[in-house]
Amino acid sequence: MGSGVWIYIDHFRGNALGAAWEAMSVAKSISSKLDTGVAALVFGHQIDDLVREVAKYGSDVILACDDPTMEDFRVEACGALAAKLYEEYEPQVILVPATSRGRDLTAFLSIELGVGVVTDGIDVNIEGGYAQVTRPVYAGKLHAKVSFDSLRPQIISLRPRAFSKAEECDETAEIIEVEAVLSESDIVVKVRGYDASDHDVSLTDANIVVSGGRGVGGPEGFEPVRELASVLEAAVGASRAAVDSGWIPYDHQVGQTGKTVSPDLYIACGISGAIQHQAGMRTAKVIVAINKDVEAPIMKLAHYGVVADLFDFLPVLVEELRSRLAK
Amino acid sequence: MHLVVCIKHTPDSAATMLVENGQVSWGDAPMIINPWDEYAIEEALRVKEKFGGSVTALTMGPESSTEALKTAIAMGCDHGILISEESSESYDTRFTALVISRAIARIDNVLLVFFGKQAIDGDTGLVPMSVAHALGWPGFSYVAELSEIDIENSNISVKRLLEEGRQHCTGKLPAVISVVKEINEPRYPSFVGIRKANKAEIQVLRLNDLELGDEHASNHNGSVNWSEIQEIPKKSTNAELLEGTNMASIAVRLVDKLIEDKVI
Repeated sequence: MGSGVWIYIDHFRGNALGAAWEAMSVAKSISSKLDTGVAALVFGHQIDDLVREVAKYGSDVILACDDPTMEDFRVEACGALAAKLYEEYEPQVILVPATSRGRDLTAFLSIELGVGVVTDGIDVNIEGGYAQVTRPVYAGKLHAKVSFDSLRPQIISLRPRAFSKAEECDETAEIIEVEAVLSESDIVVKVRGYDASDHDVSLTDANIVVSGGRGVGGPEGFEPVRELASVLEAAVGASRAAVDSGWIPYDHQVGQTGKTVSPDLYIACGISGAIQHQAGMRTAKVIVAINKDVEAPIMKLAHYGVVADLFDFLPVLVEELRSRLAK
Repeated sequence: MHLVVCIKHTPDSAATMLVENGQVSWGDAPMIINPWDEYAIEEALRVKEKFGGSVTALTMGPESSTEALKTAIAMGCDHGILISEESSESYDTRFTALVISRAIARIDNVLLVFFGKQAIDGDTGLVPMSVAHALGWPGFSYVAELSEIDIENSNISVKRLLEEGRQHCTGKLPAVISVVKEINEPRYPSFVGIRKANKAEIQVLRLNDLELGDEHASNHNGSVNWSEIQEIPKKSTNAELLEGTNMASIAVRLVDKLIEDKVI
């Protein structure tokens, strides 16, 4: 049995994103249908812990490249290595999380290997060796079924939080160490540093998102929203109206021109729910709307609605959650 | 020195999509410039205002996409190029990127190519970095700030918006960038610009003009096909309104529901 299904382990300096383990569960399910095994690509620097973690999630083979040039993801370096390994092993399917890095890698491999790719898969089926992928289009208003017209490689990026994570197991992985293709002097792009993000929980990874909109009324109006987020260990989101008013930075924006989130729970505080906002959050499992206006469009999308002024309701909700969750 | 902005003509985001026989239409809904692309146009115009040169807006699509180019010219772009898709078949991101990169390669002395981060219809976000790789130029996706352009030494410095925060990186020109909304506030078309756009001549390229050779033939080999478009299951009911005699009793009911649903 070879390792015909590959996954690219997306990580930031050794910390894997949850989306990597979601990709692992998809890889396991389709590899059994294709009667093959799973290999994980782990590229980074000082990645021993990460490699052990990947093994625990049940990869049969790990192709590990531990090299200083891989410390930060750069598509030239990672793409060149992935393409070389593809030529050597010829896997049938390559799964990549649809994150910023994953998208860059998908685009690179599409051109480098001369094949079409599918992004943002939310469902993957195998029929006669071919993957049938469902993906949202038109801001999530419709779903497209996408198919490949050649058998290999079928490169698919998977939307974060659309799949459950693989479970940890006791199996051991065969670890193959591979060398980087490019040396530092071959790589044009240099990473100079990072501005740390001002929020603790990443929006796209969060289980719970608490968002504020026009109804918060100003920058200080986000205080009760943040407090609710803190008690729920949630990420803080915002509508375009709040971001455009300068109440909160753009990287909190949820919606068509912001981030797409798919949490278990989305709490919209003072957000009317324009179609552009819905585009970024409609796939949340449970949506709660807190709004003074019972006629607001968000009430059509939400599962639970509370018609109230958020400044009256949120502090009471925070108290209730503190006592019930014993925090 | 040339700056190139790649744009797309898309249905308005508020358009109602209709699905029939697995194909999509949007009735009489207005077509607009893909909203992300306005930020790309604005950034290109700002670079031109600082360093000179000319800005060419480029699009690929049916004849009607000329409208998007005219809007770009009304905002201040100097030229428009339409890569005309005569056939009704849809192309995947790889083929689209190969065609666009071939059209860019025909323009002399290109310094920088700008894209919006993705188009709101297909929503793939793959074309910008595919074009970068097809041209063999450095690509920077999700650019939130164009920090520095040093034409003399061909250096570019940007800040990119990643999941973990802002990444500062540098590379060499010519380069391709895709921009996010944070980068600027796009201007509106000016009155003079609109008059200029109405008179502007749009250069039309056909796929045959682009010497695609093997790549064209291989659009049908190793590509992906949208075989079917489906409606998503609709949630028909309104929210269950949680009511109570006071805020505390509503909060209790809401927390009960969330615990029951196993989301907290």
